Amino acid sequence: MGEAGLALGFVVFAFVSFLGMAMGHDAAFSFHAALACAASLISVIVICNRYLDRPAELPPAEIGGRPNYNLGPIKFASAMAMFWGIAGFTVGLIIAMQLAWPALNFDLPWTTFGRLRPLHTSAVIFAFGGNVLIATSFYVVQKTCRTRLAGDLAPWFVVVGYNFFILIAGTGYLLGVTQSKEYAEPEWYADFWLTIVWVTYLLVFLMTLVKRKEPHIFVANWFYLAFIITIAVLHLGNNPALPVSFLGSKSYIAWGGVQDAMFQWWYGHNAVGFFLTAGFLAIMYYFIPKRAERPVYSYRLSIIHFWALIFLYIWAGPHHLHYTALPDWAQTLGMTFSIMLWMPSWGGMINGLMTLSGAWDKLRTDPVLRMMVVSVAFYGMSTFEGPMMSIKVVNSLSHYTDWTIGHVHSGALGWVGFVSFGALYCLIPWLWNRQLYSLKLVNWHFWISTIGIVLYISAMWVSGILQGLMWRAYTSLGFLEYSFIESVEAMHPFYIIRAAGGALFLAGALIMAFNLWMTVNAGRASETEGAAALQPAE
Amino acid sequence: MSEHNEIDHVSGRSTTGHEWDGIKELNTPLPRWWVLTFYATIVWAIGYWVVYPAWPLVSGYTSGLFHYSTRASVATDLADLEKLRGEKMAVLGNASLADIEKDPALLALARARGKTVFADNCAPCHGSGGAGAKGYPNLNDDDWLWGGSLDQIMQTIQFGARSGHAKTHEGQMLAFGRDGVLKKDEIVTVANYVRSLSGLSTAPKFDAAAGKKLFTENCTSCHGDNGKGNAELGAPNLTDQVWLYGSDEETLIETITNGRAGVMPAWIGRLDPVTVKALAVYVHSLGGGK
Repeated sequence: MGEAGLALGFVVFAFVSFLGMAMGHDAAFSFHAALACAASLISVIVICNRYLDRPAELPPAEIGGRPNYNLGPIKFASAMAMFWGIAGFTVGLIIAMQLAWPALNFDLPWTTFGRLRPLHTSAVIFAFGGNVLIATSFYVVQKTCRTRLAGDLAPWFVVVGYNFFILIAGTGYLLGVTQSKEYAEPEWYADFWLTIVWVTYLLVFLMTLVKRKEPHIFVANWFYLAFIITIAVLHLGNNPALPVSFLGSKSYIAWGGVQDAMFQWWYGHNAVGFFLTAGFLAIMYYFIPKRAERPVYSYRLSIIHFWALIFLYIWAGPHHLHYTALPDWAQTLGMTFSIMLWMPSWGGMINGLMTLSGAWDKLRTDPVLRMMVVSVAFYGMSTFEGPMMSIKVVNSLSHYTDWTIGHVHSGALGWVGFVSFGALYCLIPWLWNRQLYSLKLVNWHFWISTIGIVLYISAMWVSGILQGLMWRAYTSLGFLEYSFIESVEAMHPFYIIRAAGGALFLAGALIMAFNLWMTVNAGRASETEGAAALQPAE
Repeated sequence: MSEHNEIDHVSGRSTTGHEWDGIKELNTPLPRWWVLTFYATIVWAIGYWVVYPAWPLVSGYTSGLFHYSTRASVATDLADLEKLRGEKMAVLGNASLADIEKDPALLALARARGKTVFADNCAPCHGSGGAGAKGYPNLNDDDWLWGGSLDQIMQTIQFGARSGHAKTHEGQMLAFGRDGVLKKDEIVTVANYVRSLSGLSTAPKFDAAAGKKLFTENCTSCHGDNGKGNAELGAPNLTDQVWLYGSDEETLIETITNGRAGVMPAWIGRLDPVTVKALAVYVHSLGGGK
């Protein structure tokens, strides 16, 4: 019995965590063990209650010949996505303002830039983005396979367990627990927990695909599967570590020196490639055709660009290490594979945009669709900019400057953010069987956030290029023209513009949260959506 | 699902015949420009591999027709820089500090060099204008802990203060309170006496005679009989109203109780000798050089 097994597992885990809490060598570890212990005990109670409350039979896979979709875990993950999104954007705004006005770190260890920065990146990428990906993947795989999600408790374990990982990671950053690897900061025990959750995620997704009622697998599911599998491989490859003690938070990574750097950016770049690109392309491939009510532009393009993308992306990591101790040959490969990646990336953009052919007029009336289409445009822009920045001569100017930050945010705010917002605007009404509370507010969200993004990335472009030029300027005597601190001073106005852009983006997201809250709690019941989604194919 | 592939009326294309949750796919061929550009990037990449280091081999790697290496490229760049700086820097290296002071052209060169080096290495502690901060001396005034002549400044830059270098300036303010040399009330008295040396107000119950006695017994060996300091020991002048850590009673009590031993790193080794020389000239010229 799955429930008994899981409950027993949590009882054992609660006991182990309790020991960890009592015997932990540092306060942060004990705190995390205490959280794990409490969470395990709550899980046991919830599982037992659920067992006692539910009918003897598990929920049926079909009701009246129609799939009985499992929507609970998806609702949870989408709500968490909205919560973490607001939290992550807020922390981003705070650190943007800290860069402009350093006094805002308040001289407290918990609120310094060094701790809040990973909190921001993890909150927006893994907490917001991750929950959007899990929610949409669970939705899309069910709908496009016409079958109920595999497992009964397993999907719940994935969504709750993943958010528990976020909690451990985030509180860890604030307490100074980090293994100092960018985008892989959580320490060994959090990594270990994530591994368990992620393997469960993979199994749930795979088993749902296996029991599908459609003869073929929809393109979005290829991308979701590539994302889930590759993230598992990257996570395991980058994080092997030996804890100083199994009762303490500190560990040391197995890799050393330039090998560690190579692993780190193999991981870091493919987190961009498979988490932020493949995963969100999956979202695009389902939600844009669905919302536009148009067929996907080209099946052939989707299959070619999918395989080209996943084959080429995995090589591109070394372009993060140009002009470093990394051997020249590895730098060359990183750069050339990034260039070859340009068209495979654009294949997704073409398919996203051209799916609109015959439905362009909807952009005027449907701000949700407009949001997703603009996101694809941002995707196209940043996947051109990325290969360009990987060229060594360009990189020698752009590396270590704000240009990189601008590039990342045109992808993160424009592409990942907007396509996620678009998907949530579709998904929330579908999940709760409601009509969206207000399209007008979506329109406001769209424009406010778009202006925010434009302010953000143009400020970072200018400041990044300015920075790069100042660093390399020599006087006629052969001395550096500017000191580092002069380049920092020159950044100040751009940091203020960037913070203003971030504030607008956050304002848009707050409007969205309000809109979705009202949709769920005060919205009108949907008249058509629930029925339409279940209509048989023509 | 339909068996025959239907035609999409908007585009005129046939679909692939599959449908998922209402989503169909068109049988559009790959855009030609997309395919050609993709091929072009592959051709370009292969060309790049031919001329640049690219593929790892069993022991080594394909070095490419250009035999490029980052190390060689850096060496070339540095050689170019040396060429740009030319013989002027060699002249600067050979000139004594006194020669530099006399030759306006050399002086200008040394200041130009010193300015950028100062901004990247010294400004983090001493401030971008050399105005200092609490614990970090102001370099614009004529008050010098370790002496303000060109030679003395250069000595300090080279070896630092309490830096651990064999030739560094040693000597520190002792922890009179922590080490039990003076009692708490005595420290308050000395602190007020020190304030009186530079004409600052004293506490109402302050006993000047007792202060003078304590000062003579404990402080004069370093700070001198009249509190004018001693650059040999890095003991500050206590009469000039220039304060490294602050002149208020509380700060002085802290200084006397726990001592002070601020560290300046040794820069020789990190900066080359010519650069240190230029830096000394620059710091000397900030306004307070003697």
